[in-house]
Amino acid sequence: MSPDFLNTIEVILNGLMAGVMYSLVALGFVLIFKASGIFNYAQGVMALFAAMTLVGFQTGQVPFSHLINAVFGTSIHSFGWTLPAVVAVLLTVVVMILFAILVERLVLKHLVNQEPIILFMATIGLAYFMEGMGDLMWGSEMKILDVGVPQGGSLWLEEFTAGWATEGSTYYGMYIDRLDIVATVVAIVLVISLTLFSQYTRTGRALRAVADDHQAALSVGISLRKIWVIVWAIAGIVAMVAGIMWGAKSGVQFSLSLIALKALPVLILGGFTSIPGAIIGGLIIGVGEKLFEYGVGPLIGGATENWFAYVLALIFLVFRPQGLFGDKIIERV
Amino acid sequence: MFYRQAGDFKSSYREDLQTFALKQDRWAYYALLVVAFLVVPFIINDYWASAVLLPFLILAIAALGLNILTGYCGQVSLGTGGFMAVGAYACYKIMTSAPDLSIFFVVLLSGAVTALVGLIFGIPSLRIKGFYLAVATLAAQFFLVWLFNKVPWFYNYSASGQISAPERTMFGWAITGPNAEAPVRYLFCITIVVLLAWIARNLTRGRIGRSWMAIRDMDIAAEIIGVDPLKTKLLAFAVSSFYIGVSGALFFSVYLGAVEVGEVFGITLSFLILFMIIIGGLGSILGSFIGAGFLVLVPVLLKNVMVNGLGWPTDIAAHIEFVIVGGLIMGFLIVEPHGLAQLWRLAKEKLLLWPFPH
Amino acid sequence: MKNHGTSLVSNIEPGQEVLSVQNISLSFGGVKALTDISFDLVKGEVRAIIGPNGAGKSSMLNVINGFYHPQEGEVFYCGQKRNAMKPHQIAHQGIARTFQNIALFKGMSTLDNIMTGRFTHMKTNVLQHAFWRGPAEQEEIENRLKVEEIIDFLEIQTIRKTPVGRLPYGLQKRVELGRALAAEPVLLLLDEPMAGMNIEEKEDMSRFILDVQEEFGTTIALIEHDMGVVMDISDRVVVLDYGKKIGDGTPDEVRNNQAVIDAYLGVPHE
Repeated sequence: MSPDFLNTIEVILNGLMAGVMYSLVALGFVLIFKASGIFNYAQGVMALFAAMTLVGFQTGQVPFSHLINAVFGTSIHSFGWTLPAVVAVLLTVVVMILFAILVERLVLKHLVNQEPIILFMATIGLAYFMEGMGDLMWGSEMKILDVGVPQGGSLWLEEFTAGWATEGSTYYGMYIDRLDIVATVVAIVLVISLTLFSQYTRTGRALRAVADDHQAALSVGISLRKIWVIVWAIAGIVAMVAGIMWGAKSGVQFSLSLIALKALPVLILGGFTSIPGAIIGGLIIGVGEKLFEYGVGPLIGGATENWFAYVLALIFLVFRPQGLFGDKIIERV
Repeated sequence: MFYRQAGDFKSSYREDLQTFALKQDRWAYYALLVVAFLVVPFIINDYWASAVLLPFLILAIAALGLNILTGYCGQVSLGTGGFMAVGAYACYKIMTSAPDLSIFFVVLLSGAVTALVGLIFGIPSLRIKGFYLAVATLAAQFFLVWLFNKVPWFYNYSASGQISAPERTMFGWAITGPNAEAPVRYLFCITIVVLLAWIARNLTRGRIGRSWMAIRDMDIAAEIIGVDPLKTKLLAFAVSSFYIGVSGALFFSVYLGAVEVGEVFGITLSFLILFMIIIGGLGSILGSFIGAGFLVLVPVLLKNVMVNGLGWPTDIAAHIEFVIVGGLIMGFLIVEPHGLAQLWRLAKEKLLLWPFPH
Repeated sequence: MKNHGTSLVSNIEPGQEVLSVQNISLSFGGVKALTDISFDLVKGEVRAIIGPNGAGKSSMLNVINGFYHPQEGEVFYCGQKRNAMKPHQIAHQGIARTFQNIALFKGMSTLDNIMTGRFTHMKTNVLQHAFWRGPAEQEEIENRLKVEEIIDFLEIQTIRKTPVGRLPYGLQKRVELGRALAAEPVLLLLDEPMAGMNIEEKEDMSRFILDVQEEFGTTIALIEHDMGVVMDISDRVVVLDYGKKIGDGTPDEVRNNQAVIDAYLGVPHE
């Protein structure tokens, strides 16, 4: 095999891994959209917030320490302990559940029956609020997140593939981050457990009922408000998983919430209500943007990853507005 | 008691169509204009111009533009920052390639160029609605910023990749460049603002405005009465982009003087303008101004209180600003989706009846 | 674009055909909504379209004003065969309508809603509107006069400046009729104008419909479930059932048609 061909394979594989990350964020969007018709712009910031909280717990940071120091002239920073990763993760899960309850109580409850676009704008407000809150609580400097996930290229894979190239050519093997492999496994486990949850538990069935028809679900005695809390909590936990993976890869910082914006084009491709759609859409975007950057990027100045996904989504919107898996919409008059 | 409509009779439909239906409102408006043109220029200093008045006036134009598209025609756009960048770069290219052209026309031409670009990105709006369209406009935002960053022709191959405005004068006074004085820059901006606000009001009060609102409220019914959805939406995109382009041109040439596209015209600016019209009032000319004023003043105020007053670090003030703005957005959408302009209207209705409401 | 309706209809005498549909068939992905339907409307008549739920009445109106394009059959309007057109183009030919579920512009006042109905009669451009004084203002005032006539006619003067969202159901229906009338249509399509009204409101609405027919000579196609109203105000009736035409004629003829009686009362199964 020629090195060029092997390089392309490597680009595709890396694209698939990046795609898994996009899918993870998109998954949170789909969950909330199905259950409440809300397009949750804050999903990305939720991932950032969860990752910050996790690091904060792990390193024993005092919440709001910067603010407290500024107001009272003290200089507290840390409780002086470090928590094991498992405990920190569990505590973060608790925080995300509390967050879901608060969002439902303070915001969603008051916006029932509003137009979707109003709700969408409210979640933009929520995103701003959480971004400021996260920075106030834990400080805005970039943080290193380490929960024991292996990192760095897989040496074994590099050696294994180095011999594939045609003899005489220089090829050093494929570089694939072990973290990406872990992320893929985690994503698969997450999707399977969500599927099992929605198929085989009482709450899961209620979730699907609400997704199908709000009114009908209400009339058989399902509490919409409870379902919303559950869905936001699950989305919060999915966001946390995404936050851990992204954070471990590139540090916990503001850009994390922007990466999550990429979930929007993913959803356009996959459709807003389809979990398999979110995953396949994520993979297509991941592979597409890596291949485009590898093949076309050098010709037009690079950094095409900034916009490729959005422009692809735009083209899709014009020619197939219902996404890859959606049904054709027939408008009734 | 003092603010009333009794005795203020209308005897023709023309009078009934006036912008300020009450005599008192009319006088207040004239008084405001007199203060803005004849008093402020003499007391304005550099701090007030660059911290409050110039950003307020220039962003109010962008808010007007977005309000025409989103508030009146119902098409949500997250690409405002990108379109402002089009205005800024168009302004730069025209300024440098036609040095003798009056800066006033340069700004208007920049708006026209942006209108064309807006038209192109408006085409998908025929087929897609709501947040699907919002995502499509995100494509414009990211693509345009990338384009201005990567294609050296746009920044005349300058080494820094920045664009900076050369000095241009009108009636012998420098409007742009390092020698422009605060009162001159202010007068230039407010003239354009008043002109554009007047045109926006005219466009929205008659047939054109009604066709936009019809599309916003119920597009199917709009079609049935003869409104062509494509033409109407494209017109809204073009007019809106014109305003946003003018705003971008002024933001670059008169206000900042030099910009780096990614820093100034990023997605954050798009959201800022969107927040202005939500807080100010969707579908309201006055609301665009109130919203712009509010979101320009809040950070200045917070900074003055927390940083200069209490001596807190600036980054904490910035975080608190995020929390407050985000909270306000949610609060307004919950309590008063029509924004501050609606609160103002309600307050006036109450005042008309005060002190005998029954 | 101008309203072509008046010029199209000018050479049509009362009693002559304004619109006819011939052999219309319409289906949605295999589901047949309309099968081989033909009927006509003559100038100045009130033509009722009746039938049980799901009979295809609204689909028929949607074909006439261009929302649906039938797979088979033709529409003749003012003596000419009509090519496939978009709804807004059809509006410019002088066809106006109201909807089964109220389709008013919620963010606007009564006055503005009815003013939108004048859209096909207004032709000033963007530049003229930008400067307002002059043609734009003049056109606005001229059309306002027409709209005020309609407001007087429908007796809704007091709610002129009220946002329509705040109005009760019956008044909203009246405003929607006003918006359709403002277009001065050649042909007016009314989709259940009296649904959900009490007797008094129905009487008012019937009176308005008959007045429109008399004063403006408008041809009216009407979908209505209340048989009493239909028999009282319509000149001729078309009966649809399961997308097929099962009866056509004067109210009396239809009342005695066996197929119609079967459709409404049900046929005993052997």
